[in-house]
Amino acid sequence: MFLIHCPYCGEREQSEFKAGGEAHIVRPKQPTELSDDQWAEYLFMRKNIKGVQFERWVHTHGCRKWFNMVRDTSNDEIKAIYKMGEKPPTKY
Amino acid sequence: MTDNLRVKSSKFIDETYKISFKFNNKTYYGYKGDTLASALLANNIHLIGRSFKYHRPRGIMTAGSEEPNAIVQLHKNTSRTEPNVRATEIEIYEGLEASSQNCWPSVNFDIGGINNFLSPVLPAGFYYKTFMWPASFWEKYEYFIRKSAGLGKSPTEPDPDIYEHKYIHCDVLVIGAGISGIIAAKTSAKNGFKTLLVDEKPYLGGSTIYQNSEHFKINNQISSSWLEKEINEIRKIDNLEIKTRTSVAAFHGYNFLLARESLTDHLPLHQRDGKVRHKLLKIRAKKVISATGSLERPLIFDNNDRPGILLSSAIEKYSNLFGVACGQKNVLFTNNDSAYETAISLFNKGIDIKAIIDNREEVDSKLVKEIEKNNIKIFKGYTIVDTFGYKRINKISIMQLSKDGQKVVGSKISIDCDCLGMSGGWTPAVHLFTQSGGKLKFRDDDQVFIPDIYPSDQISIGSCNGDFTLEEILTNISKTLKNFLNIKKTEYENLEVQSHFNKTKRNIWLLPTNKVIGKTKPFVDYQNDATAKDIKLALREGFRSIEHVKRYTTTGMGTDQGKLGNMHALGIISETAGSKMGELGTTTFRPPYTPLTFGTIVGRNVGEYFDIFRKTAIHDWHVENKAQFENVGQWKRAWFYPKENENMHDAVQRESKAARDSAGILDASTLGKIDIQGTDASEFLNRVYTNAWSKLAIGKCRYGLMLNEDGMVYDDGVTTRLDENHYIMTTTTGGAATVLGKLEDYLQTEWPELDVYLTSVTDHYATISVCGPNSKKIISKVIPNLDLSDEKFPHMSFKNTKIGKIKCRVMRISFTGEQSYEINVQANYGKSVWNKCMEEGKEFNITPYGTETMHLLRAEKGFIIVGQDTDATMTPIDLQMDWIVSKKKYDFIGKRSLYRSDTIRDDRKQLIGLVTENPKEVLEEGAQIVLDASKSPVEMLGHVTSSYYSPNLEKSIALGVVKGGKNMMGQKLIIPMENKQINVTVTDPVFLDKENKRLNA
Ligand SMILES: [Zn+2]
Repeated sequence: MFLIHCPYCGEREQSEFKAGGEAHIVRPKQPTELSDDQWAEYLFMRKNIKGVQFERWVHTHGCRKWFNMVRDTSNDEIKAIYKMGEKPPTKY
Repeated sequence: MTDNLRVKSSKFIDETYKISFKFNNKTYYGYKGDTLASALLANNIHLIGRSFKYHRPRGIMTAGSEEPNAIVQLHKNTSRTEPNVRATEIEIYEGLEASSQNCWPSVNFDIGGINNFLSPVLPAGFYYKTFMWPASFWEKYEYFIRKSAGLGKSPTEPDPDIYEHKYIHCDVLVIGAGISGIIAAKTSAKNGFKTLLVDEKPYLGGSTIYQNSEHFKINNQISSSWLEKEINEIRKIDNLEIKTRTSVAAFHGYNFLLARESLTDHLPLHQRDGKVRHKLLKIRAKKVISATGSLERPLIFDNNDRPGILLSSAIEKYSNLFGVACGQKNVLFTNNDSAYETAISLFNKGIDIKAIIDNREEVDSKLVKEIEKNNIKIFKGYTIVDTFGYKRINKISIMQLSKDGQKVVGSKISIDCDCLGMSGGWTPAVHLFTQSGGKLKFRDDDQVFIPDIYPSDQISIGSCNGDFTLEEILTNISKTLKNFLNIKKTEYENLEVQSHFNKTKRNIWLLPTNKVIGKTKPFVDYQNDATAKDIKLALREGFRSIEHVKRYTTTGMGTDQGKLGNMHALGIISETAGSKMGELGTTTFRPPYTPLTFGTIVGRNVGEYFDIFRKTAIHDWHVENKAQFENVGQWKRAWFYPKENENMHDAVQRESKAARDSAGILDASTLGKIDIQGTDASEFLNRVYTNAWSKLAIGKCRYGLMLNEDGMVYDDGVTTRLDENHYIMTTTTGGAATVLGKLEDYLQTEWPELDVYLTSVTDHYATISVCGPNSKKIISKVIPNLDLSDEKFPHMSFKNTKIGKIKCRVMRISFTGEQSYEINVQANYGKSVWNKCMEEGKEFNITPYGTETMHLLRAEKGFIIVGQDTDATMTPIDLQMDWIVSKKKYDFIGKRSLYRSDTIRDDRKQLIGLVTENPKEVLEEGAQIVLDASKSPVEMLGHVTSSYYSPNLEKSIALGVVKGGKNMMGQKLIIPMENKQINVTVTDPVFLDKENKRLNA
């Protein structure tokens, strides 16, 4: 079970959090302009990387804030955590 | 043959404290300090049970938690019964009752034993190959298999014991209190770390504590004496907590571990009442030191499983620690020096050793020389080729090994014995390390897997790290601890160690015999009866991956997870397939390390504490008025209120009729309520609901439908505009938390520019809904100063008002199709307002109704219930709710998905009404709907989602989803049931008051 450093509350047990899938998938500003395929790309396609992955997490049983996490899915190492809207780190 | 095999008294056994216990209904005696296994061995009992597949007689093999055979059922046919308990771990107490498992009718005469003679037809994969086909026969096989196999019986009564969970945070956790663990714990604690030391045994000191040999000395003291002093010292350290009888079950990532602390299992039953039996410790450690030791390996040869065959180290432990001789004519069989340690121990206690069979040709360590000096015969370069004796070993045959170890040569020699100790070297106990995600490496020298890459701040020391000799352990431990704990020095740097152990080993995974392998039974996994022959068969049949071979042969799949034989299985695979051990990898060890009882896992969360349940402010009234409850999410909701002899149907019919004829009252407090404020609140609602919200006037209510981004209906409810920038949203009872979560997600991650704040206020308000033609009259009595005229207070609007001094919000909204008022008050006033409504409604026969009636009433009106009539594959168009989807809005969640090629298909399942040909016939919810039942296979068109007998329409009504249903009005369809076919006609889903006249009646 992870120990996660919530950017608002500090270090907490994983059981207080929920994972929210891949990060940095921006909802298209004009969905109606998109073809079925383009919309499907946004709606369904996820990378699900074995290795370093950018993810969304939320402190459900805490401050309810969403944030981003860089995690190596092969060994569960959390490499970085940053707030929503912040640029993803290039080094971790 | 004597029945008392106690030898020289041991200081770990209190011979003044006699304990009586029963095994298979016969009374025996042991002493305080005994395990069930040691006490049975002292009574010369080896035969404990039968093996799983062949029902072969099996005895005690080990002296620890790795025991595969000696598993028993405790206190059979009582509420405290427990199956699969290892006799080697349970400490005896007055009144202990144990019995053999897996034998019927008795351990001495077992019907299943016939499998042993049928074994040529029971090869690896037998169950897969035979019992899986034909599938329809499974029921018959299952009866046979369950009767004759199976491991123990689970209890049928509630567990009378109490269990607890406890969180522990520490700087350093040390697992295992052998010599390495003691040194590590002391070093850590003395350097200021808050340290926790745990060990599964009731005593500290591991295997060193009963090591009495002159051959192993530290600072010129016998190793056990040296260690005893260390133990006395650590007991005095304040920041060191020591927990014995505590077994680590799981080692998860980020140094999170679960351990079971056993508190009463060693006490007589009458002393256990009211005490906590087990504590499940949830440990978060900054650093973990594994000192879990190592397990002795058996040797793999023909018939290596008979009662009386033990690990050599177990024999040593029984004699040194428990003062028990496992046999009177002992033979030891080894490929390394360990068995000589045992031999010296036995010899010093006057226990007879007939011979030592050693795979190695040349051996000359000090240990070996001492044995030779005492005229004990050593057969060097020999192996056992067979053993004899059905319920107890009585003879072995040995032959000389060829130079390459692949064959046997020369002639057979027979040796009589009643106990055989085997030693195949040692396997580091890396189970917890691998559970934590650690990667192993293979050390070719002595053929062991040892820790290589650590996934968290942890280290392995001592023999679990592959340091098997006293020198190795003591030399490495200081270095390792200094590095790991970042300290300058330890007090163990200049120890003088004397150890006469020679590390030479002759490793042969599967020992050769003079027979063809098909005629032998060299067991690899004792508990699951998997032999080397089975593994070879699996390889012949094409299995290559260790994980596949494991499942096909069931090697390592017992309750012991194959702690003894897994290495041999790997070895045999590697030799047969010609691959390298290091490249094969190991199978995955999974938690728990040793089985946990369910009570330990659930702790205090039993009975009413099993799951949280939520009660409304009016709950007590429902209980007093005999409501039956249903679970909706975590809520207990009143389901129906039966009067006198009413059953559910009667009650629901009465309630439904009363609500439409006069007045009904419902506790709707469980509906989710979200308070929405901010200057962009209207814009926000526009984006999350399918319909338009900007123009909703203050004081008005509107029904909204929420979709997922994939266009499927997610939730629904009425939202009211309380003020310019203030709304209150209601959600379904079950959806409240997920809706709030989803809205927060969009606000925080997609639309952070919106000025909107969300607060869950579900529990803040009690909601009382009064409906029916007389509802207006009742509300006017409850709130006399409120103008209820249709002009001032029309349908879909709300008023702030007061009942006496109690502030309330009243919404005129309806889920039943009747004129209806919903009073929202601060929750603590809920019950008094409810009582007032009941009182004022008495003259109108106001009738409390539950969720079942609510469902029936809304079904008459064709209103959907999200999650009952929808299942995350229904769009609003599928639900015939096109009217609520705004064409004008540029965007809302899910909009784009409503015209994907898949969502615009005509033949999607669509919501329709169904009426039965026979109006009395009520359909079953979930029943399939077909057009033509004569064709095979029958095409399923859809299914019934809601079905009731309507007392107001005096006929059966149902909602369902049917492919292309929208265009099937009037179509006759069939509901095929087990014994009949029901004819139905497709109708509009609105059955009652299509014109909505009753809303303003
Ligand atoms: Zn937080």
